Amino acid sequence: MAAFLESIGYNNWILTALLALPTVGALIVWAHGRATSKATDAAADNAANTARHLTLWIFVLEFVLSLGLWWSIDPNVAGFQALMDARWIDAWGARFALGVDGISQMMVLLTTFLMPISVLGGWTSVRKKVHAYHVLLLLLTTGMLGVFVARDLFLFYVMWEVMLVPMYFIIGIWGGERRLYASIKFFIYTMVGSLLMLVAIVYLGYQAGLVEGRPNFGYEAILAIPELAPRAAFWLFVAFFLAFAVKVPMFPFHTWLPDAHVEAPTAGSVILAAIMLKFGTYGFLRFALPFFPAVSLDPAVRTTIIVLAVIGVIYGSLVALVQPDIKKLVAYSSVAHLGMVMLGIFALTTESVQGALMVMIGHGLSTGALFLLVGIIYERRHTRMIDAYGGLAKVVPMFATVLTIVTLSSIGLPGTNGFVAEFLVLVGSFKTAPWATTIAAIGVILGAAYMLWAIQRLLYQRLDKPENAHLTDLNRRELALLVPILACILWLGVYPKPVLTRMEAATRNLVQEVEAKAGRQTLSLIGDR
Amino acid sequence: MQLDLSLPMHLTLALTPDVVLFGGAMLLMIFAAWRPESAAHQRRVGVASLVLVVLTAIAVVVFARRGMTASTGVIAVDPFRWAADIIFLLAAAIAIATSLDYNAREGIWYAESHVLILFATGGMMLLAAARDLMIVFLGIELMSIAVYVLAGMNRRSAKSAEGAIKYFLLGAFSTAFLLYGIALVYGATGTTNLVRIGEQVLALRLDQSALFMGGVALMLVGFAFKVAAAPFHMWTPDVYEGAPMPITGYMAAAVKAGAFAALLRVWLEAFPIAYAQWHAAVWWLAALTMIVGNVVALQQRNLKRMLAYSSIAHTGFLLVALATGTAQASTAFLFYLLAYTLATMGAFTVLIALADRGDTKVTLNDIAGLWYTQPGLAVTLTIFMLALLGFPVFGGMGFLGKWYVLQAALQAPAPQTRLAVLLVIMTAVSAGYYLEVVRVMFMRARPEGATEPAKPRGATRVVIYGTAVVLLVFGIFPDPVARLASAGTHVAPEPPVATRSADSTAVR
Repeated sequence: MAAFLESIGYNNWILTALLALPTVGALIVWAHGRATSKATDAAADNAANTARHLTLWIFVLEFVLSLGLWWSIDPNVAGFQALMDARWIDAWGARFALGVDGISQMMVLLTTFLMPISVLGGWTSVRKKVHAYHVLLLLLTTGMLGVFVARDLFLFYVMWEVMLVPMYFIIGIWGGERRLYASIKFFIYTMVGSLLMLVAIVYLGYQAGLVEGRPNFGYEAILAIPELAPRAAFWLFVAFFLAFAVKVPMFPFHTWLPDAHVEAPTAGSVILAAIMLKFGTYGFLRFALPFFPAVSLDPAVRTTIIVLAVIGVIYGSLVALVQPDIKKLVAYSSVAHLGMVMLGIFALTTESVQGALMVMIGHGLSTGALFLLVGIIYERRHTRMIDAYGGLAKVVPMFATVLTIVTLSSIGLPGTNGFVAEFLVLVGSFKTAPWATTIAAIGVILGAAYMLWAIQRLLYQRLDKPENAHLTDLNRRELALLVPILACILWLGVYPKPVLTRMEAATRNLVQEVEAKAGRQTLSLIGDR
Repeated sequence: MQLDLSLPMHLTLALTPDVVLFGGAMLLMIFAAWRPESAAHQRRVGVASLVLVVLTAIAVVVFARRGMTASTGVIAVDPFRWAADIIFLLAAAIAIATSLDYNAREGIWYAESHVLILFATGGMMLLAAARDLMIVFLGIELMSIAVYVLAGMNRRSAKSAEGAIKYFLLGAFSTAFLLYGIALVYGATGTTNLVRIGEQVLALRLDQSALFMGGVALMLVGFAFKVAAAPFHMWTPDVYEGAPMPITGYMAAAVKAGAFAALLRVWLEAFPIAYAQWHAAVWWLAALTMIVGNVVALQQRNLKRMLAYSSIAHTGFLLVALATGTAQASTAFLFYLLAYTLATMGAFTVLIALADRGDTKVTLNDIAGLWYTQPGLAVTLTIFMLALLGFPVFGGMGFLGKWYVLQAALQAPAPQTRLAVLLVIMTAVSAGYYLEVVRVMFMRARPEGATEPAKPRGATRVVIYGTAVVLLVFGIFPDPVARLASAGTHVAPEPPVATRSADSTAVR
């Protein structure tokens, strides 16, 4: 396979193609929408269906194309591969530079894997302005992939903002009752966070370009900035931290999340939870830690972040426990899971970071599936209140089975991906942050509590509501979108080695680099501040 | 080619584009008075004016490509001037083109309205060229008097009259400040030539002189009125609301740009040595203007008024470039100005298409659910809003303009870090009102019984879609514009670095 991919020069064009395909697709769907805008009734339904199919097949093609990365990226090399570097804005030193390493490779695959599934997830529930909806999904994908593969900070920032607008519209137009409030809150929170990062990026690009005499936003160039003044490094770190912490979201920056996730349409929730939440943690790994190792490993900073992460785990679980609304429950569970990721990242051992990455992937799969399942049941009953259900296992056995498996994965039962991931985080973090890890482990128990209690009330107990007696079970489309996720959940639970080895070199290199650099830069933040 | 501006021949050559514009405008004025007022005649003069603007633009481009330089006479012959001229002419073309249909709808039959735009534009071109305080004054007056008349053009509207009289009184008042400032500076230096003033300041250590600094302060107040910087902005919302819509767009973009071009040149060429002294004043002016413009804009329900406050906010962003005071800042200024001009005039053109007779129906409630009935207008207005917000890709050049200003502010010898941080925070605040427009158009239902505006036709349509496309395309491939703007970098003598350890003057 690797030889074949090399023979077609796969690595040379794949990243550009992955970014271009959704945008071109968006243009096609838009043109189709314009051409059929005058259609009425049956013809309009037909056109909408065509839009769905077009988008689905574009995403499937995108996924198939991206699969080659699995073989074409050498797992033993720590640095970026599949490089692409073209001139873009000469006057400012911004370049169109792309590349993936073991970490971003998995994130790209997760994204391309989940996009066709999200389209299927909104297949019947999106009924108005179908073309615009799919155009936005496609544009969103370009933005999301761009964030994962950008090797130039200017490009990174552009992509980071680009994905905001489509999601804003998706929540605001096709969302639930409180969609207006949720969409503006989502937008403003994210934007405020990222604008300060913009200042930091401009500053870093200037510092990196001092020698050549013009700004340089290349990732490697910024990494090679010899030494930032401690005070400057601290404030730059704060700017990046705010942007990423809002996105993660870390306690106490999480308040946009329940609103956005609950009000978004199913596909929006899936993408938000499964992919977009990963940008924050990915940003920490890719930028904040390597750029400012001395600051991020400074005991005060590190302890603060780990404490916030653990608070996130416990707080997210406790709030999830009392939610009467199943979608809100899933949303708060994300806060807890992402807290776990942050703990793993800032514990900074190879195992804990790998575990954090596994939680990111696992959370993408299981929470994505949970939102899909919530969407499926909502379409049938039009309520998300847990009280309104009960005893569903008798009526919709397939649904119940899938939900149970996904739940078990979410709470980290051995044999599912969740176990591997959380185990790695806890084992890895215990070396550097024993107390925090112990408390976070309690959070895992709480996680089991709220999830199991929720499915008990949904699926088991007595079937005492007559409305629920005649629900229909999963149809073929719904099975088609859930089965791939289930397969991945079990595969990663039983045999995660292929994924772990692919991420290992990059992770190990990251941890070593950060520690080595932090060691060199003797930093007395406390004295300086 | 090196021009010696003491020779009349060479001076005329240096002023050729201006002569083309003024000469043509005079002829058109006579032509306008030739026939009785009618809708058809108004259109005819408008089209002729457009042709004249294009001819002037060609003259500017020809001269810019010659790469001429000039001795330090009263007129500057440099890329900064040509770049600014192109922006003014672009704004004038848009204003005239959108006036054609607008005037017909509002029953404004005065064919002179187009010619007045030409005169105002000529005044701005003088401002961009001025290397002498007398020429600055001449340019300001030419521009302002034409615009006073334009603001009151719609004689049937009481609001228009109110706005015009306010504008005239305050404008005359501010001109007096400017003139008095010029007099004091002349008194201190004995010259009105910008370069000579700069030399004198250095030679006589005038940055310590109360007479000279008093003159600088008065001139700053005069300019601050013209560019609508807080706290000298009070006239703006009323005047903008009262003026006919194409003129409002023209004032928000071009009039501001003209005054700014002169402000930048005077400050960078004549007063660079006194940077440490005036920096604090400009710093506070920038900060205050950003805060006032953005915060007050949040409360506006009428889009015309909202855009007026937004234009104040953008004055603040442009003042950040002035506070930076480097050559790079003037490049950033030109780029930002182009993006801002396109976005603001585009937005006003959409409003023209939406409005009913008498400029009504432009509140947030009137555009609710616009996307469902007029997707083209809703999408383009979204692009303009995102451009003003400074959002990448979907807002096109708007983001790059902001990036440019930030870059200039952070990379100056005296980095304006705090202003840069304030700029991005205020940008976040501005999301509150720009996004509100987007939200209302896309996420609310069209009210029952709302009257649908007619689809834009002709010149209006060309302007709306043309500006949107230009914003988007150059937002992704800005290199040509960036190169032009940096070619237009101000080549003023750089002030000595020692005097500019001066972020501190303001922040302590």
